[in-house]
Amino acid sequence: MIRFMLLFSRQGKLRLQRWYISLSDKEKKKITREVTQSILARNQKASSFVEWKDLKLVYKRYASLYFCCAIEDQDNELLTLEVVHRFVELLDRYFGNVCELDIIFNFEKAYFLLDEFLMGGEIQDTSKLSVVKSIEESDMLQETMEEYMNKPTF
Amino acid sequence: MLPPLKVHELIRMIRTAKTQAQEREIIQKECADIRAAFREEDGLYRHRNVAKLLYMHMLGYPAHFGQMECLKLIASPKFTDKRIGYLGAMLLLDERQDAHLLITNSIKTDLNSSVQQIQGLALCTLGCMGSSEMCRDLASEVERLLQTSNSYIKKKAVLCAVHIIQKVPDLTEMFLPACKQLLTERNHGVLHGAVVLMMEICLCSPSVLPELRKLVPQLVQKLKNIVMSGYSPEHSVSGVSDPFLQVQILRLLRILGQNDEASSDVMNDTLAQVATNTDTNRNAGNAILYETVLTIMDIKSASGLRVLAVNILGRFLLNNDKNIRYVALTSLLKLVQTDHTAVQRHRSTIVDCLKDPDASVNRRALELSFALVNASNVRGMMKELQQFLDRCVPEIKADCTSGIFLAAEKYSPSKRWHIDTIMEVLTKAGSYVRDDAVANLIHLISSASELHAYTVQKLYSALVMDISQQPLVQVATWCIGEYGDQLLAGNCEEIQPIQVSEDDVLDILEKVLHSHMSLPATRAYALTAIMKLSTRLRENVDRVRRVVSIFGSCSDLELQQRAVEYNALFKKFDHMRMAVLEKMPLLDKVLPGPNEEEEEERSPVMESASTEEKPSGQNDTAQPSQVTDLLDLLGALDDPSPAPVPQPVTEVLPTGPALLDLLGASSKPAAAIPPLTVYNKNGLQISFTFQKPGTNPSLLNITASVTNSTAADVTDFVFQAAVPKTLQLQLQAPSGNVVQALNSSAVTQLIQILNPQKVPLKMRLRLTYSHFGGAVQEVCEVSSFPPVTWQ
Repeated sequence: MIRFMLLFSRQGKLRLQRWYISLSDKEKKKITREVTQSILARNQKASSFVEWKDLKLVYKRYASLYFCCAIEDQDNELLTLEVVHRFVELLDRYFGNVCELDIIFNFEKAYFLLDEFLMGGEIQDTSKLSVVKSIEESDMLQETMEEYMNKPTF
Repeated sequence: MLPPLKVHELIRMIRTAKTQAQEREIIQKECADIRAAFREEDGLYRHRNVAKLLYMHMLGYPAHFGQMECLKLIASPKFTDKRIGYLGAMLLLDERQDAHLLITNSIKTDLNSSVQQIQGLALCTLGCMGSSEMCRDLASEVERLLQTSNSYIKKKAVLCAVHIIQKVPDLTEMFLPACKQLLTERNHGVLHGAVVLMMEICLCSPSVLPELRKLVPQLVQKLKNIVMSGYSPEHSVSGVSDPFLQVQILRLLRILGQNDEASSDVMNDTLAQVATNTDTNRNAGNAILYETVLTIMDIKSASGLRVLAVNILGRFLLNNDKNIRYVALTSLLKLVQTDHTAVQRHRSTIVDCLKDPDASVNRRALELSFALVNASNVRGMMKELQQFLDRCVPEIKADCTSGIFLAAEKYSPSKRWHIDTIMEVLTKAGSYVRDDAVANLIHLISSASELHAYTVQKLYSALVMDISQQPLVQVATWCIGEYGDQLLAGNCEEIQPIQVSEDDVLDILEKVLHSHMSLPATRAYALTAIMKLSTRLRENVDRVRRVVSIFGSCSDLELQQRAVEYNALFKKFDHMRMAVLEKMPLLDKVLPGPNEEEEEERSPVMESASTEEKPSGQNDTAQPSQVTDLLDLLGALDDPSPAPVPQPVTEVLPTGPALLDLLGASSKPAAAIPPLTVYNKNGLQISFTFQKPGTNPSLLNITASVTNSTAADVTDFVFQAAVPKTLQLQLQAPSGNVVQALNSSAVTQLIQILNPQKVPLKMRLRLTYSHFGGAVQEVCEVSSFPPVTWQ
């Protein structure tokens, strides 16, 4: 399973964090700091996999954002790259040519989307269309009028 | 009352802040407004306020006062509220907060909602942050939802069940019957979840494995169907059908097929099919192949299939994508013990990976290369490895040199080749070799008596060219001292002999003695070598006397002592000089420790025969470490002893399994005493491993190993120890004084304890170091030594 997923900018600012294990706030902050530092320190030529404590970090940079997943020893690193890529595709489909700003200003939507794609560190649905359909249907249920617009705002 | 700030507006405002202080101001003001709104029980905009709070929480600000509001949002009938409420619960509440149990009832209600999205929210929250109490309470609800025909709910319920089993393994039995039924599903999401559920069940309760093995034919069929199915716009990734599901099925098959012939047989054909038919052009296909290889290697597969798997890995090694090369090397490393011959076939590709620009690929390739060295390929491999040593990053050099030495020791075709190899390494990467390299080389040289002339000549030439690489200088000066006569005679058979005069020899030794590049230990070697030459040279004995007497007033204690003793040898014991300085017999390869032989020879010459001090004198061969007898045991435990001067930082990186194998072949006595972790604080961990060499029953050797699991290096690390009065302690020089971050290397230091009275061992440690920019000093007592260490 994916233990946690972090999205952060090149300056190390956290944009999204999803923890699938129980940790105190303090521990989460410490881990976030360590992981972001260790990944930002890597150069272009390095592989996408980092051995960190007893976990494997799989990361990929998309434009200005780093997507990092921490997986367990038994998990398939190459597949995790596909999982990350699928999430990026979903974000792209939902926001229309997604960029970092979209995720900053609509962070809660990014979370809702993530929660339709992954649960408990595992994939819920392997079909892209199905996930997009689910999130669109959920959006329709929102009571506030603004929610019906394309890029909803609170 | 104005409506509260919209979320977007707040985010925009925060981003305009130019300093941290400005940001904090904005946030504090907004938090105050939000708190006021919460107090007034503002239901209309509650979701907006909580959303803002969640944003501020992500920036690192406290948001615990929003926890109860999340509960209220979850209880609200509006979907907008519930959505944010559950998100807040997942971000702010976890099993450590007492409040988390309060949402159990809300979740229960929502699990029974008529709106599937609300059920989905509840399942998702439970599946992400549900504690064991919550899971116990709600397990039956989830189990009921597994029976639904609605695949949207079903796929979420399955993953929720996985989480429940992880938290409460006792409930595994409850979800077992559902597995069989779930496997008949057509929906890929549900299928995927079902496979994950089965894997979790296998992990939690291995006793159900036989039961689940009955499903292997079904799983194999599913896998076949996916592979055979054509393009599906829903599930294909780069032309490969649902790689996510394929990989999970393969993984489950691995678990079920382990140690079971029958199941493994059923899988054979399909595995072969997947292995040969999967498209390797894109990452998705390679992910499937990778999983297939892992499965083939773990189950009881046919040998043909295993060869196929190794070949796939071999092809991976040639792939342009560095991730795939990395993954291939990691897998090959796991296989090298069990399928050695198969991996040997790819040796040349592996060796090519040493030229890879990526450092982690290099490291893996290095470990594998060492595992593959054998008597027939050792010459070629060594050449490659030495070339690699030239260009690799400093962090890997220590591992590389150790590995080369070990491999050379095990497989060298001739002594001369062995000596040449070691000399080559010492010249190129001398500052990265481990401490015992010098001792081992000296031992090797002295045992190759027919090569003494050759060796000393080569070493002399190397020394003349460069006196900066300390290990090489130490070995060279020792040899010149020991075999100086052969050097001067110029009778080398192996290579063209060089003409060296006595003056030349003394010149170079004096140069080493006076050079500021030489460590004190090296100077000690040089001084002793000069002294030995006094019996091997025909003229110039006076010159030796002069040098020796000059150093009688040297400020370095060790050198001064030696010089004074040698002076005394000249003046008062000249009749003994020949005997004392004659050629040494071959030493036993033993751990550094007070050698009874050495002590005997020392006693007539030494003025203060205290056994506290490092056994110095001309018989000293294996001690490249410092005199750290300044940690005076008889004094107070808090003696501010000066730090031992660190040697050139020799990194002792943890070596892979291959190197550990070779290490086992060396003559170190096995330590049957369990290791002890004596200090573990702030990410810094020190553990002791114990050895009792047989030579002296009251001697205990402790190797202290320091590791650092934080993200920042620990620098200027100094380790000091003291023991009770009746014991004697000696601390050798550490391998370095930087403890690298993230456990990437360990600093080791040898501690020797003499405990003739066999009193219980206690130790006080003092650590000083710099970490995260600040100086740290720690003192701790260790009294939990296993009794076998001091009895």
